[in-house]
Amino acid sequence: MPDLSGLHVTDLRFAYPGDAFRLHVPQLELAAGKALALAGPSGAGKSTLVRLLTGLLPPVAGSVRLGDAQMDALTHEQRRAFRLKHIGLVFQDFALLDYLTVSENILLPHQFRGDAGTLARTKAHDLAQHLQIAQYLDKRVSQLSQGERQRVAVARALVHEPRFIFADEPTASLDPSRGRIVVDLMIEDARKRGACLVMVTHDPNLLPLFDQTVRMEDFAVV
Amino acid sequence: MSAAFHLAARYVLRHRLQSALLAGALGLVFALPLCLRVLIEHAERELRARAVSTPQIIGTRGSALDLMMTALYFKRENLPPLPFGALSELRNNPDADAIPLHVRFAAQDAPIVGTELDYFAFRGLKLASGKTIGRLGDCVIGANLAQKRGLQPGGHVFSTPELAFDMAGVYPLRMRITGVLTPNGTPDDDAVFVDLKTSWLIEGRSHGHDDLKRDQSVVLKEEDHNVVGNAAVRMFNEVTDANIATFHFHGDMDTYPISAVIVLPENAKAEALLAGHFARSKEQQLIRPRDEMEALLAQLVRLEGFAASALLITASAALFVTALVFALSFRLRLREFKTLEDVGVSRISLLNVKVLEIAFIGIAAALIGLLLLSLASFLAPHLLRMAL
Repeated sequence: MPDLSGLHVTDLRFAYPGDAFRLHVPQLELAAGKALALAGPSGAGKSTLVRLLTGLLPPVAGSVRLGDAQMDALTHEQRRAFRLKHIGLVFQDFALLDYLTVSENILLPHQFRGDAGTLARTKAHDLAQHLQIAQYLDKRVSQLSQGERQRVAVARALVHEPRFIFADEPTASLDPSRGRIVVDLMIEDARKRGACLVMVTHDPNLLPLFDQTVRMEDFAVV
Repeated sequence: MSAAFHLAARYVLRHRLQSALLAGALGLVFALPLCLRVLIEHAERELRARAVSTPQIIGTRGSALDLMMTALYFKRENLPPLPFGALSELRNNPDADAIPLHVRFAAQDAPIVGTELDYFAFRGLKLASGKTIGRLGDCVIGANLAQKRGLQPGGHVFSTPELAFDMAGVYPLRMRITGVLTPNGTPDDDAVFVDLKTSWLIEGRSHGHDDLKRDQSVVLKEEDHNVVGNAAVRMFNEVTDANIATFHFHGDMDTYPISAVIVLPENAKAEALLAGHFARSKEQQLIRPRDEMEALLAQLVRLEGFAASALLITASAALFVTALVFALSFRLRLREFKTLEDVGVSRISLLNVKVLEIAFIGIAAALIGLLLLSLASFLAPHLLRMAL
């Protein structure tokens, strides 16, 4: 059983080819069960950092370790398999499949892991209830509002109980009270299961809820 | 695989109209050449069977194809008439039987075939109900015609005038149906069969009318033994027991027209001798329907080749368009596939999703194609009947 506790970043460097943008993260540590907020102005590289941490972007230099797994040392397919099994992702644009129902979207990681059984369905239902979208489970996501879609994306990121949760502004389309419910749920879920949570947020009111906050400034982590 | 199956199935079902259109177009394009083959095979089989069962046909020299189509399919091709006397000559040959056919008139769209009772035995036609032709003006009808028009023994059919506005022409004859034949799946099922003399009656070579001797006021003039009536003379348009005695023929019956004679030689030698005899004739011709039909079918196959080439080009274009549709669709869905990649779905699973979507459309297209093929097989006899 591999060790999947904690996130470790060392001297991470990244630059888009032909672009002035530079990102340098000298050191970043997040223990299991802890929540980290990434804050900073637009264009500071928050989303890029999330993509680097999840292995969606390869770094120019440095390393990202999720538990035992050295992400930059894994092959493309190994990184995919790792994400499917151990990472929950909430994308800025939700990235839901419009032709599937809410329930099918939430269970998508389970479907591809081959374990979308009763347990997974129960978990999906519980999460949907908690996120106040249970009444839409059989509806297609194309019929939902932005806020409802965002909550479906959150449920999809948590349903398979990943050891690492990365969320890129998961409350951007929600009113403050619903946003708070979502953030509370994600932090509580991470703490309860000993998972690492990294969340990009623009909302300063939410920052006190996190164990760590990283403020990103132009092209570098400070 | 099941997740890929599920995802592909959901996509296809969600976009069912587009999927159905694509599958329908594909199914149609690929089924068309096969449907064409099925129809042609059926036509070949049926046409060949009828031709092979008819050894030889004699008619007046002219189009062999028209002669065959008249004798086998009762097409009213306006053949040059064959004098009835030719039949008498043929009957002098002890090695061949001869069955005359006079195919010129129709009862609406059903051909009226003037023939003799031997024709029914030759074609294996039996009476399903009623009796056979008993006297002038009687007819028996094919099974399909009876069913289509709700006719039965005791009913009547009218011959249709050749020219609707020819006021001086021959009156339509009201014919008594004495029997309905069993079906044999050939043009016999759609025909009205009458005695040869009845067909001449329709043609106006015979007629029945009031007795001129009883009423001198309708006599126009008397010359030798010929009495000419005026327009007040009542002509009969139906043969009944009461008026049958008044019907009489004018002129030499040997000069009366028939369309063709089906010849049934006793053996190959008789067949060859007859063929040789008629090859020398300047007025008449003898054809072997199987040879004529093979020539016709060869043309048909050649035409099919052209059609198949055109369809092949269409199919290639359709295949190219389908490939383009899928390629564009997958391109438009790049974001969706990227999402799946980001979630962690493997490359092979993504490929499976795409392959399965194509397979679903392909299977649907194949099912539509099979449906069309079954439809073509089912409709082939009806289409052939309509075409003939």
